[in-house]
Amino acid sequence: MFFSAKNLSGGYGGVDIIHSCSFEVNKGEIVSILGPNGAGKSTAMKAMLGMLELSSGEVTIDGKDLSNLNTQTRVKLGVSFVPQTKNVFTEMSVQENLEMGGFLRDASYKETIDEIYELFPVLFEKRNQIVGELSGGQRQQVAIGRALMIKPSVLMLDEPTAGVSPIVMDELFDHIQRIKEKNVAILMVEQNARQALNISDRGYVLVMGENKYTGTGSDLLNDSEVRRSFLGG
Amino acid sequence: MDFLNAIVLIANFVIVPALTYGSQLALGAIGVTLIYGVLRFANFAYGDLMAFGTMISILITWKFQSMGITFGFLPTALLALPFAVVVTIIVSLIFDKFIFEYYRIKKSPGVTLIVVSLGLMFVLNGIVRIVIGTGDKQFFDGQKFLIKANEFKELTGLNEGLAIKSTQLITLITTVIIALMLFWFLEKTKTGKSMRAYSNNEDLALLSGIDPSRVVMITWIIASILATVAGTLYGLDKSFKPFTYFNNLLPIFAAAIVGGIGNPIGAFFGGFLVAFSEIMITYAYKKVLIYLLPESLEPTSLMQLLSTDYKFAVSFSILVIVLLFRPNGIFKGKVL
Repeated sequence: MFFSAKNLSGGYGGVDIIHSCSFEVNKGEIVSILGPNGAGKSTAMKAMLGMLELSSGEVTIDGKDLSNLNTQTRVKLGVSFVPQTKNVFTEMSVQENLEMGGFLRDASYKETIDEIYELFPVLFEKRNQIVGELSGGQRQQVAIGRALMIKPSVLMLDEPTAGVSPIVMDELFDHIQRIKEKNVAILMVEQNARQALNISDRGYVLVMGENKYTGTGSDLLNDSEVRRSFLGG
Repeated sequence: MDFLNAIVLIANFVIVPALTYGSQLALGAIGVTLIYGVLRFANFAYGDLMAFGTMISILITWKFQSMGITFGFLPTALLALPFAVVVTIIVSLIFDKFIFEYYRIKKSPGVTLIVVSLGLMFVLNGIVRIVIGTGDKQFFDGQKFLIKANEFKELTGLNEGLAIKSTQLITLITTVIIALMLFWFLEKTKTGKSMRAYSNNEDLALLSGIDPSRVVMITWIIASILATVAGTLYGLDKSFKPFTYFNNLLPIFAAAIVGGIGNPIGAFFGGFLVAFSEIMITYAYKKVLIYLLPESLEPTSLMQLLSTDYKFAVSFSILVIVLLFRPNGIFKGKVL
């Protein structure tokens, strides 16, 4: 597997929130992490990004061990992250948000901006507008666009569709599928489990900080246990 | 004729001084606002950092003067200023390294940092007083006036004179140049944008690979440049006395808050707003009204809203009014 996290345990100091969680994702794959509230989904993602103390576990990308690197170094190595909240520079324009995403890049970042405008045409129209004035769905596109600026090999999304309307949600999922076609490994935490599984190659269901169910998107959708507990029948 | 006399009177005693004083406040307020935006605390040591920078300017100016180096009709202090800026930057960075960095890494709340800066303020204040003394210091040389009141009267034939000191023009021009350069830097350069990004959303800036220690360093550099320039201009225009710089902290904070703290463009205009309010409210309008009103309505009192002794009350009132009604400042929108 291109990116893998094995046996992660840890928390924010004090009690462990996740216990021996493992996740894997390949390039060109979408993998969802699902589960009830408080299951440790976001925590698991932060663990993979080096944002919390791990008591055990290791994270590798392309065979390279990331476990002891800080978040910023992981970003440089191609692991990009879109947080759930505060994921844009609200007081800067769309264009400037993308430029900041490409802060570590050399002059070639300009082509990447064009690619992102191709992917999210609405952002091109609004490129000089302050992001704080955009709608929720558009902001989310800016957030994802910013994360794509470093040309990541792994893109982590923490609830990309939280708080947007169903129509915008479908739109965002379409965009995520198109990013996948660019051979990016996508790992996302989602509340909208059914829709997320529809576009996912694989899914992990976390319960109480542990891997409870694992399988392909359709397997999980058809699993009666999973349906009953998490997908509302 | 009376009308023109009234205008000249206002220009001489209100507009010209307020533009000068406003420029000095504007530079200081931008410095305070930048530190607040990036480092997230109100730096009470800023007034005394200004005094410190000015002191260095003065010491170098005296050295130059004793060596016979002058700047023609311009004040020698302008030659000394770049050196003083460099010294102040170094001192600021040392203070950051040994004082503020510790609290930043600990992620101390803003209140703690305010108290820390208060301590630094007393230390700086003491250093300045020990080194240069507490009294008034003159370090101005060069040509004093661009237009003298008498010359203006002869030239125009008006009763009232308009005097413009060279330091007033120098202050205004320097301020406008520095402010424009700074705004260009923040809006157009990659480093400037990264400062705004860091100020706007620290966590996301880190996720984008922006180096926080670099942003902090650049902020101190810019703040030190602004403090030294503003302080030296103030000292040139009036005279240098350590205590006045401590006093100026209040109008500077008022300016920064009026403009919306964290917003440099707001701080720039805030500086002028505070300066104009202070001077307009404490100016005695008797003579102006004598020119404008018919004889029967001539005022007998000074027609002064507030004695100049109370000029700090004006800053303070502005501060309170703004915080009550427009806590985000009178300029809407962008921060840093």
